Amino acid sequence: MKISPEVVSKIAGLARLRLTEEEAPLYQSQLGAVLDHMADLAGLGAAAVEPGAGAPGLSSVLREDEPEAFQGREELLANAPEREGPYFKVRKVL
Amino acid sequence: MSAELELVAGLEVHCQLATRTKLFCGCPNGAAGSEANTAVCPVCTGQPGCLPVLNKAAVALAFKAALALDCGLAGRSVFARKNYFYPDLPKAYQISQYEAPFALGGEVRFKAGGSERRARLHRIHLEEDAGKLLHAVGSRELDCTLVDFNRCGAPLIEIVSEPDLRSAEEAHAFLTALKEILLYAGVSHCDMEKGELRCDANVSLRPKGASVLGVKVEIKNLNSFKAVKEALEHEAGRQAGLLASGGRVEPETRLWDAGKRRTEPMRSKEEAHDYRYFPDPDLAPLVPDPRWIETLKASLPELPAARRARYAESFGLSEYDAEVLTSSSSLGGYFEESVRGLPAEAVKTCVNLITTELLGRLHAEGKAVEACPLAASSLGSLASLIFKGTLSSKLAKEVFAKAWETGKAPEALVAELGLAQVLDEGQVRGWVKAACGANPKAVADLKAGNERAIGALVGAVMKLSKGKANPGLVNRLIKEEAAA
Repeated sequence: MKISPEVVSKIAGLARLRLTEEEAPLYQSQLGAVLDHMADLAGLGAAAVEPGAGAPGLSSVLREDEPEAFQGREELLANAPEREGPYFKVRKVL
Repeated sequence: MSAELELVAGLEVHCQLATRTKLFCGCPNGAAGSEANTAVCPVCTGQPGCLPVLNKAAVALAFKAALALDCGLAGRSVFARKNYFYPDLPKAYQISQYEAPFALGGEVRFKAGGSERRARLHRIHLEEDAGKLLHAVGSRELDCTLVDFNRCGAPLIEIVSEPDLRSAEEAHAFLTALKEILLYAGVSHCDMEKGELRCDANVSLRPKGASVLGVKVEIKNLNSFKAVKEALEHEAGRQAGLLASGGRVEPETRLWDAGKRRTEPMRSKEEAHDYRYFPDPDLAPLVPDPRWIETLKASLPELPAARRARYAESFGLSEYDAEVLTSSSSLGGYFEESVRGLPAEAVKTCVNLITTELLGRLHAEGKAVEACPLAASSLGSLASLIFKGTLSSKLAKEVFAKAWETGKAPEALVAELGLAQVLDEGQVRGWVKAACGANPKAVADLKAGNERAIGALVGAVMKLSKGKANPGLVNRLIKEEAAA
């Protein structure tokens, strides 16, 4: 299936990706191939199969409401590119 | 607003569920006020490779909310990812429900403009909260943004109403009734200052009586009931002004600025709605066991409307009194405990003590009913003392104050302070004779038919008896004395 350059650019924008002039056509053909594959699946007569997103057969996986303190807070903060005291620090958004 | 236009509004209410832990991890819920990033773990900070597991208590509370609001519960609901980039959202998606929410329909009944109204509910879904962004410390603007994920992943339900509200007053009344029900059902603490109840509004205008909807503006940032009312009033005026001058209302999202008391457009970048929802493969669909739903239904307490009806029915309370006493579950509980064992005729006395003395005192001291120093049974005793004529209402106030301060039982205080009313006719007649002797002019006036002259004589008797003479008896004896 053919995807227009405009759609590629919109998807890249939503994904916060800046594509170079060389990359754009590459993604255009790859995304088209993904849709072609989906079209193949649609052609298999799977209309009677219930659509599923996760592991089949599972439902209502629940846990009890018991607090569990996580001890590795420093590691979480250390994973961030920048921190300030107990905060994660990012570029100014307002 | 010009006469031929009417306001059409629907509300989206976010309500934080009163669980111990977050929606998908074991971090404590409600740690928003604690030191930043102390209630966080790999799941709620979006570390790669972790899996969310749904909190059973959050589901139970969400279902209870739906049952209390007469919604239909879905036999199967599905969690979906709502994708957008913002630093308060570490996974770059929020786990919510989209195509298959857990509850549909329902309604909220409320009173506005003197009549019974209702607003239908569209749906309720479960979702996780985002983190908190800090742009300034005190008045100092930061050159960066700081992120605290304590609130991130907190369990929320979003209650979406149909566009059934026709005025700012109705929106306010709807929220008041909704909050009451959520509090009664124990679903949430609903503390707006802590952000446990938040509201967005969809507002449009249309010719009165028309069935089509006008162009809709979404207003965000409504953090108090007052803000909802003011923002709706303001927005209706703004839209009416645009239409009257031949302009058009643009479909957009606006922010309420409580300081400037006006709505302002959000920057277009922030409102680029393209969330690309899809079912979250990490979470299994929610298929509740019908027996569990039955248990939850049975665990719901009596709700405000039912309680009001019962108070009117079994205690003969006025609509107003019933409303005041059911405004919180605990006040109703206090009332019921205080009238236990009281004769039916004394209930109104008890209600008056609660609505005037007790609530006045609680309000003045900024206390909740739960922290009331006066036991409900003591209040009942006080009502009984007034009812039996032992205490005048004036002296009852004195006993009320003393009981409040000391925690002592009213009967004990009456004995201790010698406050019991004097009902002995001989003793009261003595005071009446003395009062009449000292006020011959008032007696003459009364004899001449000036009924108002009795006031001075009653006052004199009360002074002599230090307020203890029974007022009914005093009145009767003065009249007898004047007629003699």
